[in-house]
Amino acid sequence: MEKARPQWANPLQFVFACISYAVGLGNVWRFPYLCQMYGGGSFLIPYLIMLVVEGMPLLYMELAVGQRMRQGSIGAWRTISPYLGGVGVASVLVSFFLSMYYNVINAWAFWYLFHSFQNPLPWSVCPLNGNRTGYDAECEAASSTQYFWYRKTLNISPSIQESGAVQWEPALCLILAWLVVYLCILRGTESTGKVVYFTALLPYCVLIIYLGRGLTLHGATNGLIYMFTPKVEQLANPRTWINAATQIFFSLGLGFGSLIAFASYNEPSNDCQKHAIIVSLINSATSIFASIVTFSIYGFKATFNYENCLNKMILLLTNSFDLEDGFLTASNLEQVKDHLASAYPSKYSEVLPYIKNCSLESELDTAVQGTGLAFIVYSEAIKNMEVSQLWSVLYFFMLLMLGIGSMLGNTAAILTPLTDSKVISSHLPKEVISGLVCLISCAVGMLFTMEAGNYWFDIFNDYAATLSLLLIVLVETIAVCYVYGLRRFESDLKAMTGRALSWYWKVMWAGVSPLLIVSLFAFYLSDYILSGTLRYQAWDASQGQLVTKDYPAYALAVIGLLVASSTMCIPLGALGTFITRHLKRGDPAPVA
Amino acid sequence: MLWPLFLLVTAIHAELCQPDAENAFKVRLSIKTALGDKAYAWDINEEYLFRAMVAFSMRKVPKRETTEIAHVLLCNVTQRVSFWFVVTDPSKNHTLPAAEIQSAIRMNRNRINNAFSLSDQTLEFLKIPSTLAPPVDPSVPIWIIIFGVIFCIIIVATTLLILSGIWQSRRKNMEPSEMVDAEDKRENMITVENGIPCDSLDAKGGHINDAFMTEDERLTPL
Repeated sequence: MEKARPQWANPLQFVFACISYAVGLGNVWRFPYLCQMYGGGSFLIPYLIMLVVEGMPLLYMELAVGQRMRQGSIGAWRTISPYLGGVGVASVLVSFFLSMYYNVINAWAFWYLFHSFQNPLPWSVCPLNGNRTGYDAECEAASSTQYFWYRKTLNISPSIQESGAVQWEPALCLILAWLVVYLCILRGTESTGKVVYFTALLPYCVLIIYLGRGLTLHGATNGLIYMFTPKVEQLANPRTWINAATQIFFSLGLGFGSLIAFASYNEPSNDCQKHAIIVSLINSATSIFASIVTFSIYGFKATFNYENCLNKMILLLTNSFDLEDGFLTASNLEQVKDHLASAYPSKYSEVLPYIKNCSLESELDTAVQGTGLAFIVYSEAIKNMEVSQLWSVLYFFMLLMLGIGSMLGNTAAILTPLTDSKVISSHLPKEVISGLVCLISCAVGMLFTMEAGNYWFDIFNDYAATLSLLLIVLVETIAVCYVYGLRRFESDLKAMTGRALSWYWKVMWAGVSPLLIVSLFAFYLSDYILSGTLRYQAWDASQGQLVTKDYPAYALAVIGLLVASSTMCIPLGALGTFITRHLKRGDPAPVA
Repeated sequence: MLWPLFLLVTAIHAELCQPDAENAFKVRLSIKTALGDKAYAWDINEEYLFRAMVAFSMRKVPKRETTEIAHVLLCNVTQRVSFWFVVTDPSKNHTLPAAEIQSAIRMNRNRINNAFSLSDQTLEFLKIPSTLAPPVDPSVPIWIIIFGVIFCIIIVATTLLILSGIWQSRRKNMEPSEMVDAEDKRENMITVENGIPCDSLDAKGGHINDAFMTEDERLTPL
């Protein structure tokens, strides 16, 4: 007798699993950046339109496919059409790439979390130089938070060619991160179902606490007003719409196979339409909520830096002109500067190169995304808060919960097809398969703990999933609508859930969403081709800032391999099935 | 008659203590920044205290124990508050070498700061770098301790989960063989009725209800 498929203990676990998978680091470190760059408050318009037009339909489709086929991505697409097994394989491969590099972020979050239990926080002070008369040169050139990130955490090399050795501290944290993930996925839905209560809910608790703290910080309103002020002219910029579509697409985690895997453990009568709408709405609401918190933190940091800059200028002028201490304040600075320029022109011209125009706007304009935002900007803001250890622990714990929640989805996307396959699961128990996947990913992940590891991380982050996913989801939509047949799928859903399919979903699946994906795909391809050679940002220790460099040939080859390996799975899978069928048909052919 | 001498002495003093003179140091105070409302005004008496502190620092240097307050000269006091000072030898003709003054001030920097309720940043001696306090470095970095604790917890939890999974699967494997011997072992199985194990009800023993006369007593034993 066949073992019954494991199921979620209740539908709430399924919803929480989807939420904790979809709500990830991208909501915290990518959406605020996009919102700031593409028009502030007015970015919400294209974002919400894309949510309704692209996000909800595609999410519903993936959940429906998973729930209907009751198998992981490979089996599900093979059931839809035997030639489409390659789509599932492509999903598994992309998920594998993602889990390899994504867990490194969790390792870094662990590293910062463990270092938060010190007073003062290690990234708030520069270490002393050799003879203790001043601070370390690199730290002086950059800032203490940047120094801690680039030197102490990553120990980054000046370019991608200089790989350096594996750093044992991040390597240990990576092993710990994989152990935690293994612990959560060990028993399949039984263990995952319980863990997702925490990974879904705890980040919201921390975000609410941070919202309270953030809004009461000095200067928070500066950030909020600046970022959310709508710049309506950005709506005419096509990049705004493209970025909104891209953000919705990747934020929901479509195409990896995780949603199919999660839905396959559902009861067939589960109302996945309702869940799809809930999950996508919660995901977008979390992005907006997180950006409120981020912008108040930005405002605090910008105001702090602005006031520091003013104080430095005041000190500089007071010392150069021997003015009375306390005479210069922020309010009379400009007048006094003009007076000094006219009264002592020669001395003023000596001091002129050192005088900076302190501007709150330019501080607010520094838009950062990605690991830079999460680990540099936030930690810089945290070190200036009172009881900074507490805020630091809370923040990195939240990052961990978000990251682990997404990892659970990624590993589910890889493991569900493996455990579904009778060949593998008959020989190895579930625990061993999970252990092997974690072990292999961890071993490859050691690549990212080397000195040049962050550069490889950026390669994987930018290229491993982007183009391939667009293609995968496009093929999925076309497969469901035209290969399997929209009417057949509609009747399946009605038989399964008892609800009729609204015309809205049909229009979106058959027409609008594939068109959107094709346009996104075309845009990205043309962008890559037009921009010529690909470049990356390398850290220059002597200057204390990032410099742009070209990728060497072998790095470009790796990028090409990453994209090609997953996209080629689709045609190769179709070709393979075609050949095997042809051979089977060809063999017993009777000789005339 | 004393006037020329006085003028000479003043002239020599003026030569010895000048901005950028040899062995002269510039001092800068930021009293308002440091103390806010409790700031004191910088007057001649504060200058006297400063000269006393410098003389005190020099007296701690071997061979300079006879330095007097009068040997410390101040000049060019500005509104900032900043001024230059030199320390002369007992003959008041030469100034003491900068290196000696520098090391003397560095050794007693704390005492000097405390005398004025200021710190290294608010009482600056330009060209005399202050020794920065080294950060406290515990022998075992704190993060490794926390890492070790969490690592052990995770390993223990993982091992427990794996082992309990193995036990469960072993028990499932043993169930088919148990079904065969069930009838033999029935008396060894604990039967449960209404959640209470029947053993505790002592079904074998039973309670004798005296309201019922047992059959044995009514019939004449054979």
